[in-house]
Amino acid sequence: MTSATPTIANPSPGATDQPSALAEISQETLALTKRLFLQLQRRPSTLVAGVLQPLIWLVLFGALFAKAPAGLLPGGISYGRFLGAGVIVFTAFSAALNAGLPVMFDREFGFLNRLLVAPLRSRSSIVLASVLYITSLSLVQSLAIMATAALLGYGWPGGVGLLLVLTTLLLLVFAVTALSLGLAFALPGHIELIAVIFVANLPLLFASTALAPLSFMPNWLGWLASLNPLTFAIEPIRAAYAGQFSLTAVVLEAPYGDLTAGTCLMVLAGLAAGLFLLIRPLLDRKLT
Amino acid sequence: MIELHQLNKRYTAAKGVPVPALNDLSLQVPAGSLYGLLGPNGAGKTTALRILCTLLAPDSGTVRVAGIDALTDPRGVRRLLGYVAQEVAIDKILTGRELLQLQGDLYHLSARQRDRRMAELIELMGMGDWIDRRCGGYSGGMRRRLDLAAGLLHSPQVLVLDEPTVGLDIESRAAIWQVLRQLRDGGTTVLLSSHYLEEVDALADHLAIIESGSVIAEGVPSSLKAALGGDRLTLRVREFSDASEAATVQALLRDCPGVRQVVVNQAQGYSLNLVIEHDGVVEQLRQQLATADLPVFALAQSRPSLDDVYLQATGRTLMDAELAVAGSRDPKAERKASM
Repeated sequence: MTSATPTIANPSPGATDQPSALAEISQETLALTKRLFLQLQRRPSTLVAGVLQPLIWLVLFGALFAKAPAGLLPGGISYGRFLGAGVIVFTAFSAALNAGLPVMFDREFGFLNRLLVAPLRSRSSIVLASVLYITSLSLVQSLAIMATAALLGYGWPGGVGLLLVLTTLLLLVFAVTALSLGLAFALPGHIELIAVIFVANLPLLFASTALAPLSFMPNWLGWLASLNPLTFAIEPIRAAYAGQFSLTAVVLEAPYGDLTAGTCLMVLAGLAAGLFLLIRPLLDRKLT
Repeated sequence: MIELHQLNKRYTAAKGVPVPALNDLSLQVPAGSLYGLLGPNGAGKTTALRILCTLLAPDSGTVRVAGIDALTDPRGVRRLLGYVAQEVAIDKILTGRELLQLQGDLYHLSARQRDRRMAELIELMGMGDWIDRRCGGYSGGMRRRLDLAAGLLHSPQVLVLDEPTVGLDIESRAAIWQVLRQLRDGGTTVLLSSHYLEEVDALADHLAIIESGSVIAEGVPSSLKAALGGDRLTLRVREFSDASEAATVQALLRDCPGVRQVVVNQAQGYSLNLVIEHDGVVEQLRQQLATADLPVFALAQSRPSLDDVYLQATGRTLMDAELAVAGSRDPKAERKASM
C-alpha cells in the first residue's frame, strides 16, 4: 500500500478537453453492453434456455397435429410449417420481455447507483445498452430456431424473406424491450416484475395466431388475436415463409378488415415508438 | 470546496407518514481537508451524502461543489466527485479489473489514462494478487478496497465515503485509513461519514456532529475537545449496575462541589460519566460514595474525548443515541428510497 498518491495534479477528465457527445455516449454504451455480454458468456443458462424452450415447442407442438386431415390449415400447409413463424416470434418476444430483469437487479443491488453517480453524457446509455444486448440475443436465438425449423423441413424464407423476418422481429423486440425496461423502473422489485412477465407471457401467445389460425377461433378470441401485437409480427413472417414478400399483400383477414404486411410493420413501429415515449417519464424519474 | 446549505429532506415511511431525514442541514467542507461526519445510525449522514452525490434531490436547500451547483449542473458535480457507497455495489460476475475498466469508460477516460490509473491503484491498494479473479469470491475487505479504487479511478477532486470501514477487519481498516490520509496529503478533499468515534478521531482534521438531520457541532477536533475543559470520569459502582442504582448515584454526586455534570451511560452497563473541574474532586467523590456505603468497581479519569464532545452537544453518548434510533428506523422504506 505504497507508491504514488492520487492527487488533483491528475486533473479530472473532461475538465481539460471536451470529447464529442457521440464519442462519450458510445464509450459508455459499449462499456455497459460489454458488461451484459460478459455476464451472458459466464452465465450462459439464459441463452441455452432461450434456445431450448422454443426448440421443444417446435418439435413437440409441430408433431402434435402431424396426422391432422390435409387441407385443414389455410394454404394446405403442414402444422409444423404453420407453427414455425409463431415459435420464432415467441422466442424473440420472450427474450425481450426479460430485458428489464438485469436492470431491476442492478436497482436492487445498488449497482445502478454506481452508474447514476458517474457523469454519463446521457443516461439513455443505460437503456440503449439493454436494447443492444437484448436485440442481438433475441436475433441469435431466433436464427437458431429458424435454422432448426429448416432442418425439420419447415422451410426457409430465403434472402428477401429473411430481411422481412428480421425487420419484423427487430420492431417487435424494440417495443417489448421498452415495455420491460419501463416496468423495471416502475415496479417495486424483481418479484413483481417476474410476476408480470409470467402472467403476460403465455396468454399473449395463446391469444395470437401463433398456434392456430383465426378461422379456428371463436369470434371474441379472433378479435383479441387480431389486436395482439404478436399477431402483427407472426403474420408477415408466416407470409415470408410462404414466399410472399410484398408489403401490400394481405396477410391477415381480421374481423375489422384486411391487414397487409406493410400495415403490420407500421403498427409495430408505431407501438415501439409509442412505448419508448410512454416510458420516458418513468426513466426520467429515475434517470435524470 | 463543498457547501451544503439548509438542506431539508423528508421520506415517506410505510404508513404514509413523512419522516424528516434532514432538517436545515448546513455544512462547509474546506478544500484539502479530511472531513468527518459523525453521528449515530439514522442521523441523516447517508441522506446528506446521497444528495451531495446527486443521487437524491433535496426538498429544499442548495448544494455546491467547487462552486458548481449540484441541482442545476449535476453532471459537472459528478465529474468532480468520487463516491464510495455504504453498500458495496459490485458485479459478482465481473473480475475486479473488468469493473475498473467499466468504471473508466463511465468516466470517459481514454484507454491509456485508464490503464495507467488502474496500474497505480492496483499497487496502491495491494490488489495485484486477486484483481483478475471474479468479484463474487472477494472478502469484505477486498470488495471495499476495489470499491475505493473505483471511486478514485478518475482522480476526483473530492472523495465521498459513506461508512467506509463498517464490518471490516482491522488490517483492511488500517489500509483504508492510510490511503485516505495519503489522499488528503496529496490535496484531495475527503468527506467521510462514520458512526465510529475512533475513526473520526484518528482521521479527521475537521468534523461535524449530526443528530436528527441537523449539524449540532462543527470544527476542528482538538479545539472542540479543548473547548470543553475539565476532566472526564467514568464511574462504575458495580460491573453491571441497573437504572435505579445509577439514578441513586447520579443524585448523590450531582450536587458535589467541582462536579459539572453526571450522565448515566446505559450502553455501558449503567456506568456514570462525570465532568469534573479538577483532580481534587476525585477524592471527594470516593468519600461521598464510601459514606453512602456504595462500592467502586471502576473509576477512570481522562481528558475530554470526541465522545465527550458528542455528549456535550447532544446530552447523551453516541452509543445511547445508536440504541435509541435502532428501533425507530424503517429499513424497508430506506431501502426503497435508495433504489
